Amino acid sequence: MSARVQDLRPTDATTDATTHRRPAPRIGRLRIRNLTKQFGDLAALRDFDLDVQGGEFICLLGPSGCGKTTALNCIAGLLEPDQGEIEVDGDSIVRTPSERRRFGMVFQNYALFPHLTVGRNVAFGLEMQRIPKAQIRDRVDRVLALVRLQEHRDKYPAQLSGGQQQRIAIARAIVIEPRLILMDEPLSNLDAMLRLEMRTEIRKLHQALGLTTIYVTHDQEEALSLSDRVVLMDQGVIRQVGAPREVYLKPASAYAANFLGSRNLIPVRVKAVVENEIQVETRSGVTLTGTARGTIATGDEAIASIRPEHIELGAQGNGALNLFSGVVQSVEFLGQGTELSVESQFADDLVVRTDEEWSSGDSIELYLPPQRVIVFPAEPQGA
Amino acid sequence: MANDLLTSTTAMRVAPRRQFTRRLRNNLTTICLLSPALILVLTLFIYPLFYGLRLSFDPQTGGMFSNYSTFFSDARERATIGNTLRLALPATLFNLAVAIPLAYRMRRVARGRRLITGLFVIPMTLGTVLIAQGMLSFFAPRGWFNKTLELLQITDDPIRLVHNRTGVLISLTIAEFPVVFLILLGFVSGIDPNLERAAQMLGAGAWQRFRRIMLPLMVPGIATAFALSFVATFAVFPSAVMLGQPAGETRVIALAAWQAAYERFDYSAGSAIAIIMAAIEVAVLAIVLGGRSRLYRGPSSVGKG
Repeated sequence: MSARVQDLRPTDATTDATTHRRPAPRIGRLRIRNLTKQFGDLAALRDFDLDVQGGEFICLLGPSGCGKTTALNCIAGLLEPDQGEIEVDGDSIVRTPSERRRFGMVFQNYALFPHLTVGRNVAFGLEMQRIPKAQIRDRVDRVLALVRLQEHRDKYPAQLSGGQQQRIAIARAIVIEPRLILMDEPLSNLDAMLRLEMRTEIRKLHQALGLTTIYVTHDQEEALSLSDRVVLMDQGVIRQVGAPREVYLKPASAYAANFLGSRNLIPVRVKAVVENEIQVETRSGVTLTGTARGTIATGDEAIASIRPEHIELGAQGNGALNLFSGVVQSVEFLGQGTELSVESQFADDLVVRTDEEWSSGDSIELYLPPQRVIVFPAEPQGA
Repeated sequence: MANDLLTSTTAMRVAPRRQFTRRLRNNLTTICLLSPALILVLTLFIYPLFYGLRLSFDPQTGGMFSNYSTFFSDARERATIGNTLRLALPATLFNLAVAIPLAYRMRRVARGRRLITGLFVIPMTLGTVLIAQGMLSFFAPRGWFNKTLELLQITDDPIRLVHNRTGVLISLTIAEFPVVFLILLGFVSGIDPNLERAAQMLGAGAWQRFRRIMLPLMVPGIATAFALSFVATFAVFPSAVMLGQPAGETRVIALAAWQAAYERFDYSAGSAIAIIMAAIEVAVLAIVLGGRSRLYRGPSSVGKG
């Protein structure tokens, strides 16, 4: 037990956590194979495979109904998968009840016990382990210091703000020194400012305590900023796994590109493929040059995508390649930049991001750099 | 924030005089809307209460408190309190003891829940007299119950389950169980299911989850159910007469009041007994609700802050 107590040692970790040596994670590897869960006719999760290294921060990302929460609940043991295997360091835990998995969980609505004080909430997991009282007090003190809420120890959850409740929920989950931390959209009930703050805090705690974390979110920014690896899901299936930069810059499919912020998806037909460079024709008959991703042959239906911030304005580039003119339809000022909706020859509604000032009705020249125009095979029906 | 700002600036723009008339108009509306309920409470509860209270201090013979002193000095009269408590408390506690685990079990049952609740609710619609009538023939010496037992050769002599305290207890249980159960079911269903999941993730087994999380959160519901069931069973009258021994062990306090008022035609003594009855009920409820607020008073889930 004493070795485990030490893990929470960095008492004022929030200030100098980074100077401490990062403690070793409590598991070597979590291995998930073929996890499948069916709800009636709905396949909530199909053949979910994932390997998580100890100390890793994994985000399950996807829209609601994509199966990410189902996957998390199966890992937690709150749902029994129809099939599949979950192993921690080689030991199967599929049949182990949640209360004996020693995983910590942070819920979307925090799920703090309303009839217990903050201190008792945090102590609950330790009391369940029958740890001596003095030791419990010690560890609760330390973890409350870690989330900077010592002075609220004797308050009830209802007396705290949303952000404070969130920190208590995290403290309650990490104080038991879980082998794995599971977080189910923990920030979605907070306002925008607090969400950013808590995001940083979660990442810091993860680093300082050597936690292994699986984090569920539908917010791509959250997933990209927090995780070591992003698992992009859709309709119960994993679509792409990779480091944030990789998934963002090299989406494997039009779905991935769309979900990770490429708002311009244009249906096209392939005219010619020369190595990686590809020429496509839009429905309106305009030719566009781009970069192919995946296997595409001449004559195929495909989808061309470009991020709003990658479209350049004004007549530039080389010659007439990927140069178009359009009319600004609407302008949205976003603080850090402006988003224009542009009607042009090849798309009714192209989202363009710029720092310049434009107003609707303006004529505009667009340049789509060919290496930024990524062409994916058309999504199979129903996906 | 922005909303607060908006309302406060509009409020400032309204002249104080107009604000006053508007508030008056709002209050008038409130009073008008409240009045039907208020009149009902005043005429049907407050007035009879004070009328009875005054009547009880105006006995046919003796001084102001002679009704009360007669009641407490007469052993047969005094015993009615114990008789009634011996019915009301066991019936209420039994109902709670069965309804708590049952409601807890059914907190997440989706299919069949309506059917089961429906079955439990039927007794509520029957009324005590009908239940008593049914029990009298069912549990009679030559009734179905004893005939079945004899047929199965479990007993030779018929078991006596009516015309004693057991009979009254059974009928009170049948009549009051639905109320207790429905109140508790409503409470349990209102508790955030994530709380149990959170406890489970923290290492709590099924019993610990019930004992440490769900039961404390059910306390307000248990107290409410206890209060309603106790008040109803303490006022037991028809089943005590029909199914019990109205001259002996089930001579309840309501019967004593009725006999004083309508057999001896001493309304004043009847009122005094009714007031004693009310005082006991209030005392028991005060103990229960007081104990409840010492245990836990608050929401059964925490919303966002």
